[in-house]
Amino acid sequence: MAKEIRREEVRRLVAAGAQLVEVLPSPEYEEEHLPGAVHVPLRRIEAQANDVLDRNRAVIVYCWDTA
Amino acid sequence: MAAGLPTEGTNTQHPRAGDLARRDVPTCSLNEKVAEVRARAKEKGWNAAVVVNEERVVFGLLRSNELESDAHVLIEHAMRPGPSTFRPYVSLHEMLHFMVDHKLESSPITTGDGRLVGLLLQTDVAEAMRKEVQEAKKK
Repeated sequence: MAKEIRREEVRRLVAAGAQLVEVLPSPEYEEEHLPGAVHVPLRRIEAQANDVLDRNRAVIVYCWDTA
Repeated sequence: MAAGLPTEGTNTQHPRAGDLARRDVPTCSLNEKVAEVRARAKEKGWNAAVVVNEERVVFGLLRSNELESDAHVLIEHAMRPGPSTFRPYVSLHEMLHFMVDHKLESSPITTGDGRLVGLLLQTDVAEAMRKEVQEAKKK
């Protein structure tokens, strides 16, 4: 079940072992991403998630912040 | 993206708005008077100040014109309310375009929730970009 979280919660969860996933296309990921984030473009997330992610750890998915 | 925290990737080699924003910009509250803020800013060598609340959320900006207004006026009446703010990750190229197009000598850089990171000066952006171009020519 997806839940929206804020920056502080992201940092807390990552420190506790959560997996950080950027879903933007490759050029954006290569330009900049959060430290330790893995790259799974949105279009491929269903096909790749099982191979890339550990289902026993929390997963945090993010894209661009336009705020 | 990372609210001023470190990131990874090719872009991290280029400074951005948050890297150049001056953290030591004077700040003031809505209920101070122009004279007090002007004196404080000048003492620190500034001709600008950012109006914030107790959580450093930006409410307004005082550039040189506003700081020269009537000494007894309250800041809330003297300031430019709701200035355009930018996030720390914005590229210098983008910032320079916007600042030149809109004739802005400075722009507040804030987090996504509006808290002040620092004040970005157009002169600092132009100088940093000039250095980048020089470095690129050397390579």
